[in-house]
Formats: sequence, C-alpha cells, structure tokens
Amino acid sequence: MDSEKHDIVVTVNGMRYLRQAEARMLLSDFIRHELLLAGTHVGCEHGVCGACTILFDGHPVRACLMLAPQANGHEITTVEGLAPSPDQLHPLQQAMHDKHGLQCGYCTPGILMTMTAFLAEHPVPDEAQVREALSGNLCRCTGYQHIVDAVLEAAEKMRDVK
Amino acid sequence: MTTRYFGAPIKRNEDKRLLTGQALFVDDVELPGMLHAAFLRSQNAHGRIKSIDVSTARARKGVVAVYTATDLGYYWQPGPLLVPPPPIAGIVFNQRTQVPLAKDKVRHVGEPIAIVIAESRYIAEDALADIMIDMEPLPAVVDLEKALAAGSATVHDDLRSNVAAHVRQTKGNYAQAAAKAHCIIKRRFLYDHGMSSPMETRGVVAQWDARAGQLTVWDTTQAPVFVRNGLAGMLSLSERQVRVIAPFVGGGFGPKIMMFYPEEVLLPWAAIKLNRPVKWIEDRLEHFFATTHERSQIHDAEIALSSDGRIVGVKDVFLHDTGAYDPYGLTVPINSQCTLLGPYVVPHYDSIFTAVFTNLPIVTPYRGAGRQHGVFVIERLLDFAARELGLDRAEIRRRNLIPPDAFPYNNEIIYQDFAPLSYDSGNYEPVLDKALALIGYKDFIASEQPKLRAQGRHVGVAIACYVEGTGIGPYEGAKVQVQANGKVSVATGIGTQGQGHFTVFAQIAADQVGVDVRNVDVVTGDTDQFYWGAGTFASRGAVVAGNAVNEASKVVRQKILKLAAEHFECAEDDLEIANGEVSIVGVPGQFIRLGELAMRANPMRGAVKPGTEPGLESTQYFGPPSGATANGVHAMIVEVDPDTLMLQVLKYVVVHDCGTVINPLILAGQIHGGVAQGIGNAFYEKLVFDDEGQLLNASLTDYLLPTSLDVPRMELAHTVTPSPLNPMGIKGAGEAGAIPVGPLFAQAIEDALGLAAQNVELCEIPLSPNRLWELVGKAHSKS
Ligand code: FES
Ligand code: FES
Repeated sequence: MDSEKHDIVVTVNGMRYLRQAEARMLLSDFIRHELLLAGTHVGCEHGVCGACTILFDGHPVRACLMLAPQANGHEITTVEGLAPSPDQLHPLQQAMHDKHGLQCGYCTPGILMTMTAFLAEHPVPDEAQVREALSGNLCRCTGYQHIVDAVLEAAEKMRDVK
Repeated sequence: MTTRYFGAPIKRNEDKRLLTGQALFVDDVELPGMLHAAFLRSQNAHGRIKSIDVSTARARKGVVAVYTATDLGYYWQPGPLLVPPPPIAGIVFNQRTQVPLAKDKVRHVGEPIAIVIAESRYIAEDALADIMIDMEPLPAVVDLEKALAAGSATVHDDLRSNVAAHVRQTKGNYAQAAAKAHCIIKRRFLYDHGMSSPMETRGVVAQWDARAGQLTVWDTTQAPVFVRNGLAGMLSLSERQVRVIAPFVGGGFGPKIMMFYPEEVLLPWAAIKLNRPVKWIEDRLEHFFATTHERSQIHDAEIALSSDGRIVGVKDVFLHDTGAYDPYGLTVPINSQCTLLGPYVVPHYDSIFTAVFTNLPIVTPYRGAGRQHGVFVIERLLDFAARELGLDRAEIRRRNLIPPDAFPYNNEIIYQDFAPLSYDSGNYEPVLDKALALIGYKDFIASEQPKLRAQGRHVGVAIACYVEGTGIGPYEGAKVQVQANGKVSVATGIGTQGQGHFTVFAQIAADQVGVDVRNVDVVTGDTDQFYWGAGTFASRGAVVAGNAVNEASKVVRQKILKLAAEHFECAEDDLEIANGEVSIVGVPGQFIRLGELAMRANPMRGAVKPGTEPGLESTQYFGPPSGATANGVHAMIVEVDPDTLMLQVLKYVVVHDCGTVINPLILAGQIHGGVAQGIGNAFYEKLVFDDEGQLLNASLTDYLLPTSLDVPRMELAHTVTPSPLNPMGIKGAGEAGAIPVGPLFAQAIEDALGLAAQNVELCEIPLSPNRLWELVGKAHSKS
C-alpha cells in the first residue's frame, strides 16, 4: 500500500488548512480526524446514509466517497460552518430545533448540508419535493415527518427574510 | 408548584450542540498517542479453529500488538448472563454466553478471532490480511426446525441438542375450554424482526491513566453503570477506578445495551496492557454481524372462539431463534409470550416456546423486543376469526377488549420483569373508537373503498391493537443540585440515545425548583457524575429516571424553602419560588436568588447544623413495583399497485395512551420513529441468510432502511389513563410506535388486493413486493 503522504491545502468553513495525508485516506476521516471537525458524521462509509454530506465547492457531496487528496485546492463547508455566528443559527438549524427535527442527532449534520443546498435551489418547495430531496439521507430516529416540517418552515422563513 | 413545563411541548435543550456539530460522540474522542483497533472476524458461521498465525501481522510496520484468545490468559471468560431466566416452574435454560475472542470454535459469521492494534485504523486493517488462519468448516445450523431435528450439528458441543430454553406458561385450562368452543382457528406464522441499525454504529475508546490508576472508557452503551461494574470486576479494579462515559449516542434501540460485547471487554484490557489509549469504531459491515439482531420466530397458534366472536382461549407453540449465544436470557421470547395477550380478555392461554441456538449472530432485544411477534399472532388470528364468523375486524376486537373496570388486570403469567403480568390501568375502547374515527373506518369501507375499487384502484384499510409493558424496574436514581450560578444540575445513571432526556428531566426539575427549563443542565451516562443505575431499555428511561428526578427535585425544593424561610425569618408557606428566585408572596422586592441560597447552604463559617447537609442538593431513587402498561391502536389506509406490488400508505393514524404526557413534541417524535422502524420491519428490512449462515445483504444498499419516501405522514392522537404505579402517572412510550405495524401491513394488503376471496393469507413478516409476488402472484394472475 502506498503510504506516501500528499500535501493538501484546503479551505474549510473559510479557514485555510495545510495537512498531509496518504492517498487512500477518506475525505470524511481527513475532515474528522485530521482537521478535528467532528461534526461531519460517518454512518456507512459506502455512500448510502448521507451522514457525511458536506458542501464541496458549494455542492453537496458524500465525504466518505472521496479521498482526502481530491480536496486539494478546494473549498468545503461543514456543519460547523453553517451558523452565521455563535449565537445565531442558520434558519434550517433553527427550524430543526423548533420542529423537533432531530433525536439522536447523528444524521443531522448530513441532513443540514443536503437540505440547505436544496433550499438554495428550491426556495418554494412542496412536501413531495422535500421528501424526494431528503430521501438520500437516512434517519433512524425521527420517521422524517418533523424534518420535513422543519425544511418547509425554514423555506418559508428564508423567503420572509428576502 | 406551578407546572409551566410538565406536559408542554418544550423544545429540546440538547439540540443546539447537535445542530452545530459540537456534540461529542464516541468517535469524536481524540487523545494523544491514541492507537486504533481492528478485529479479524470469522468468515465461517461454524468452524473449528485449527491454528492462527499472527506473526506476519505483528511484524507489520505500525502494528503495536496482535492478540488472540490464548494471549488473554485468565482474562478470557465467557460474558455474564445479563438477565437470568425468570422463576417459571419447569423452565429449561442453557446458559451459553459469548466470549471475547473465539478460542477453538467459531459459532457465527463475524465472531471476533483476533484483535490488531496499530498506529492507525488503516494500518490495523492492513494487518488483518496478514493473519493466517486454518479453519475446519462445520455444518452451519441455520434453520430453526432443522436445528432441532435428530442428527443436526450442534452449536455448543457440550449440549446434546440446540435447545437453548424451553418454557411453558399457562392461564386457565385451554384444552378443556377449547373442547367446548364454537370454533377453533389454527395457523402457522413466521415473524422475522431485523436489526436496529442505528445511524451511529458501536464504538469504544479506552484510556488508562497509570499515575492515577484510573480507567476511562467512552462507550456507545445504553447501560454505562453496568459496564463500569462489570469492567471493574473483570480487571480487578474497584468501581471507583473505572469511569464509563456514554456521551451522545447516535441511536440505540436495544442492541447497544448488550454486554459485554467483545470489544467492550478487550479495549480496556489492551489500553491498560499497552498503557496507551485505544479506539475501535465499528464499521457498517461489521455492524451487520457484530451487533446483535432480533430475527425470527415460528408460531403454530390457535384461537378458540364462541359463536359471537369472544375469545375462549389461545394456544401457541413457538420456536425462537436466539443465535449463537443467549446472554440476554429469555427477555425476547417472554415478551412475545406475554404481549400476545394484548388488550384482550383471554381467559385460557397455553403458550410453549423453545429457544434455539443457531450459527447466526446473537439475538437480543431491539425496539419492541419480541412484542411484535406476539402481537402479529393475535392480531392475525382475530382477522381470520372475523372472516370465519362474518364479523367486522374492528368489531371482533371491540368485543374482546378488557373493560375499564377490570383494572388492575392480572394475566397471571410471569413477565420479563419477573412479576406477574398485570396491567396497571387502561381504558381501551375509547382508543379504538378514536382510531376508527380518525381513519374514517366506516365511511372508507362503506363508500370510499367501493368507489376507488370501481376505478380499478387497490385500496385497503387495517386496524391493529396492542399493549406494551413499559417502565420496568429495578430502579433509577437522580441527583439534583442548585449551583452557585443559579443553574440546576440533574445527573442520572441512564444513557441517552436521542430520547430527549436532557429536556424531559429538565422540565420535571424546572417546575419543582422554579427555574427556567433552559437553566437545568442534565447529565446522563457518566458514571462519575452519577454512580448508580440500570440503563435505558424497555421504554423505562422517562418513567423510572424521570420519577427519580421528580423525587429529588421535591426534596431540593423543601431545602430551598427551609433555608429561605430562615433567611427571611418567615414561614415557608409565605414563600414562592419562580424564575430562579425565592420571594415573599405579596412583598415586592423581597427576594433571594437560588444561586445565593446555594452558596449560603455551604458556609465558610458557622457549622452545618446536626441533621442538615450542606448544599441544596438531593439524591433520590425510584423503583416501580412493576411495569406500567401502555396501549394503543394503529390504523392505516394503503394502496397497492397490482402490477409491481409496491405500496403507498395513504393515511396512517396512531392513537396511544401512555398515561400522563411529559412532552407531547418529544412523544410525537418517539412514535414517528417507532412507526418508521415498524414499516421497515413490515415491508423493507430483511436479513437474508443462506444455508451456510452467510448474510447476503450486509450493506445499506441491500438492507433497506425506510427513507423519507417510504414513511408516510402520520396523524397522532392520545388518550390519558394515568398509571397508579408512579406519582407522575406516566408510562413509557419508546417502543409503542414499532409494535403493531406488521399485522397492520398484512391486514391492509390483504384488504387492498382482495386476497381473502383468493384464499391467500399473509401469515409472515417481513413482506416485500417480491415476497408478495410469490405469495399472491399466482392467485392474482388468475383474477
Ligand atoms: S457515511 Fe458517507 S454516505 Fe454514509
Ligand atoms: S436523529 Fe437519529 S438518525 Fe436521525
């Protein structure tokens, strides 16, 4: 196995990092254990559960399906970078709280990243669209209903702001 | 006391940390010098280990240690029996518990054989491939009936057969009563429950501080106190030297309470031996074999009825798959046996089960914990009885419900908590009525369904009832303490996996102590914060620990009033506590903050008077005499595509009675999640084993957890019959959502496809489009 380390320069949540990693290191492991941004969770490491979803150059991707060196020169947003300030939540985070959209919270970071990207593209979604967009993220606790409610409410609140 | 919070839909205190990525889960623990473990697991379901060669693995760069069973010496011991068999006359129970590493025989795929500890998980996994193992494969015991046939291979060589247990429980005299019954309906049922599949797999981090003689273990367990006690015993440490922390845990649903998992035994041992922290995080593939399942039972059941559809009695003989070992005793099959009786008057009952060892992963409780299996049997029997007697499905249930004046209702047989199965309180008919009204049962059958059928649509309705024994003992405790900053701290020994304990316990304390609910900090699952407890299982956290929090908070309230009365030199009755302050009623401006009182309760000068204690704190325990029985009815309207046999739930209703409700928002979440898991069990999730005991679908691509497109919007309603067994009147609710979904699906699909007319009965779970095709395809192509 090639254990040679590669330089990786990556911007995460607006902060630039320089690290080294083996070619085989998963991007999810890199973010969690090298950058110590443990908010990005790992549920399957085979691309199904969506828990590891991050924004990669603004697009939602599954960090477990990428290798760390592939992030070299790119920009990433994780759940830690979602809230505009320490005492203010992103409207979707707030709506998830208000609607009880999380229980154990393990799936939550991935859902937040997937659905904030979705809301940016679909400011006026209906329930069917929300469910479709959410269907790539598994949640074992909530039965999804309160998450759907939260996304719909966040959409409304975000429209009001504009 | 004002109840501002109890009963209100309070938003959760724990959310912010979880929403911003700041909550600590086990895999988030990073320690200097930490090593990483990986396990070599058996690829055979059954085999004899002839030799293991780990020398190449040990020599690999970055590998620190490799251990097999022989390296463990005296530390190698079979695990403890978590739950001994209940005191039932004539019971047979063969205790065979799992071992840390397989020694001479492997008994299921995934059983650990060796542990590699290396500088990184990547290297540890590389080294697994270096291990040479010579295994003689043995015939795998997979099928429950074949397992009991003469000449079957045996999972445990020292037992003559694969019988793990044999239990008979009776009530009345079924044989005599059935002889006089109007009719008897007899069927065979197969119910297979899958695996809990929490989104966070299991994980353990162990750290040994040699200077302090202190072991710290972060563990995704539902029962940190038991893990602490067990580890201390195994490692010859005193309990005070071991701290077990179950931090945020990403879902549990039962299997995270099993102990001891081999990894929980081995990591602390290795951390001490190597004097370095060690982490192991289960990957999803491992989870499919290394974490416990629930799986299947085969029931041969019959129901005897009177001509007007009243139950005369039920007889049930069933086989229960316990897997390769039985560390959890008989909790699952006893639950099946007891919960079968449901909300109905069953005067005569004869139930016999045989638990069977197989070469499959271990079976322990998973949300519902065997209740589903029993509920499926009785609900399906009632459906068939209704058909036979020409009765409406809802009507036959109504006729058999236990009347409200019959509580406490004693079912005589022994329940999983070793007490006689007695329902504390209930009022069942209104729950049924409400569900029928909400689903629009009459109208659907009378007009909607015929109309849609005329349009060629295959729609059906179903209704299923259940009870759930919840909130069992032994006990939990809580420590409530007013801090100098005016906040209130609550600590309890249970673990929490998303049930909202940080909020419901805060609600209880906030009302008693008179603070804002956000100013109550709850700690769960850290044995250094609270020493005693049992764990989170059997829908008991809110009931048992919640009542302990209430009792402790009441004592703290008394202490606050006493101290404040001394301070103001007034009577306690003249005081009120609100918003974190104690004030004299009717005297504006006369108040003292709780934080200041807390400081005064711990003076630098002056003595603590005899008979008093410093501080505003109390630790109290609560142990219910027996479990509180919740009940409910689910109803559903479904549409089935006759070509693909895919289905769509058009309407789903849950009416539930779990006594007094602490937080309706959190309760709704618990029910939604339970139903979603029930739906998975009913129609999507099936563990597919071949006859070699190999699991063929061990990935989330192939083992289908329901998505947001599979789980419908649910409509919930409640009735409230408080439990007399605890001062708050609450009953547990954690498992209810999942319990009756199987029979509901079977019934609804039968109705939608008109299967009765084609003589097709759905007597098994899980169903799926493929399985339905096999079962009904033929009949359907004829129609
Ligand atoms: S961990 Fe990446 S999709 Fe599951
Ligand atoms: S909240 Fe637990 S998995 Fe979604």
